[in-house]
Amino acid sequence: MGYSAMPSEPPLIEVSHVCTRFGNAVVHEDVSLEVRRGEVFAIAGGNGSGKSTLLREIILLLTPTSGTIKVFGRDVGRMTRAEVLGLRRRCGVMFQHGALFSSLTVAENVAAPLIEHTRLSKALIREIVEIKVALAGFPAESVAKYPNELSGGMRRRAALARAIALDPELLFLDEPTAGLDPMSASGFDELVKGLRHLLGLTIVMVTHDLDSLWQIADRVAVLGDGTVLGLGTMDELSRSDDPMLREYFHGPRGRAAREQATRRDM
Amino acid sequence: MPGEAQQEARLSISGDHAFDCAGSWTMHRIAALEQDLAVRSWPKATTLACDASRITAMDTGGAVLLQRVLSDLRKQGRQVELRGLKPEFTELLKMVATHSAKALPIAGAGRPSWLELVGLATWNRVTQGRSALAFLGESALALFRSFAAPLSIRWSALFRSLEVDGLQAIPIVGLLSFLVGVVIAYQGAEQLRKFGTNIFVVDLVGISLLREISPLVTAILVAGRSGSSYAAQIGTMKVTEELDALRTLGLGPMDVLVLPKVLALSIALPLLTVFADVVGVFGGMLIASAQLSVTFVEFIARFEEAVALKHLLIGIGKAPVFASIIVLVGCYQGFQIRGGVDDVGRHTTISVVQAIFLVIMFDAFFSVVLSWWRV
Repeated sequence: MGYSAMPSEPPLIEVSHVCTRFGNAVVHEDVSLEVRRGEVFAIAGGNGSGKSTLLREIILLLTPTSGTIKVFGRDVGRMTRAEVLGLRRRCGVMFQHGALFSSLTVAENVAAPLIEHTRLSKALIREIVEIKVALAGFPAESVAKYPNELSGGMRRRAALARAIALDPELLFLDEPTAGLDPMSASGFDELVKGLRHLLGLTIVMVTHDLDSLWQIADRVAVLGDGTVLGLGTMDELSRSDDPMLREYFHGPRGRAAREQATRRDM
Repeated sequence: MPGEAQQEARLSISGDHAFDCAGSWTMHRIAALEQDLAVRSWPKATTLACDASRITAMDTGGAVLLQRVLSDLRKQGRQVELRGLKPEFTELLKMVATHSAKALPIAGAGRPSWLELVGLATWNRVTQGRSALAFLGESALALFRSFAAPLSIRWSALFRSLEVDGLQAIPIVGLLSFLVGVVIAYQGAEQLRKFGTNIFVVDLVGISLLREISPLVTAILVAGRSGSSYAAQIGTMKVTEELDALRTLGLGPMDVLVLPKVLALSIALPLLTVFADVVGVFGGMLIASAQLSVTFVEFIARFEEAVALKHLLIGIGKAPVFASIIVLVGCYQGFQIRGGVDDVGRHTTISVVQAIFLVIMFDAFFSVVLSWWRV
């Protein structure tokens, strides 16, 4: 599953020594990791290990208590407003529950970033919307529906279509397969794989879906105890002797997911 | 891909049989080209060669535009040969081509005719009226049930509501009533002084406040303050499926959410009204002594003979009715919310407007009925 970047290229995202506290609760004590161009990087870990918090810090929705985060080689803590805007345009974010604008139809939701950030004609935008919707695997006949008329899986796909509307270089997925049935979840994994290839995306996803981790993640960082417990490919991590990692990957679910993944590879 | 160093997308016609594409064909760089292409005149030749080797970047937007150029030319019966496009862009173009070939055009819902609009509006009113009636019946049933079994009333919710909707409203109700009393006395003072009938300021302030203004002002304030929060609370609970959770726990939303509020506000609003009466009359009294030299002692002595008890009772008697209107409208609008976030905002607004409207309607109704009975 090698999609390794050239060694000379600087990492796309660089998180170094990030510490996060909410009042007395310490979420991250010291978290450092790097995301390379073109890879699917997964952030895993148990509930409450600060996965989503880290994601929110990378996409500038939260500021860490200390430490630096660099995206595209720039320190996000020292950006001007214009730079932040520029960065946001190059990133797509899919939220866990979709976060579709409920007053807009699916088509309008996907068109929203295009209308806001480009000067393209309506006809061209509509064509791009059609393609993105199709790429995300969303049924074209339902694009005039409002988000509250959609099922959870459909909402997820609509949210993905909106996240890739601007052809972002970096795509963030927050628990993309949580709450999906196994068929839809693996369908979603395939979809993400295909998109990564087609649009040349770098993907950062937060997940604790072990199947997803085995299927699409190039590298995985496991968070826990406020630090990165382990970082590497799934093969490396599953061979680790660290007791917490072993517990994470070698529980009954971990084994089943691994067996399935290895069987598919054969 | 550093965003700043990219060049605008270009398409230039080179000779009779060829054109080339260059620059970065990305969404941020093709807007000008797209407008330009609409008025571009093409060479007449039936075979054209497109040199795309100088396209430095391409995203879906650029691919759509290039595909559009190619398919427009092909629709005119020409042969177009694409050369030199980088392999990764070729793949993108292929993907766009297959999708635009099979993509269903997004059906724009046509504007409905006026007849359809009238019908739709009528039908909405009818179904709304029916569901409002059903809600009223359901809450009446819940009320009777609770009278039959007083232990089933949610006392903690009731007291909580008494505190939030009653006790915490005291400062604002007091301030406004005081000001209303001041204004009425002040406006009356001018007229009364002309006729030398200063002492009648007591009748003016006493009767108008106790009978009409205090109940009305208090009800309107509470409608804005509590009615809206009922709608928003129940609506949000509906959106987050908390109402369904209540039902599955065997708890009726009527019993848990609506009934305690009806009872609490029916107790709180008359009390608030009495408080508003007192503070309002006090405000009038201050102005009477300052502007009309009616002392406090004179004022109170006159008050006892001029303002009959019935005015106070009529005013307080209206309050529970107003309270029920406010709670029922607020909760009903809350239950009407479906899904969306802006639905919550819309129904919250409607709840306040409808509650105030109905309160004033009923106030007018009371006036008419009471004048028949000559009270």
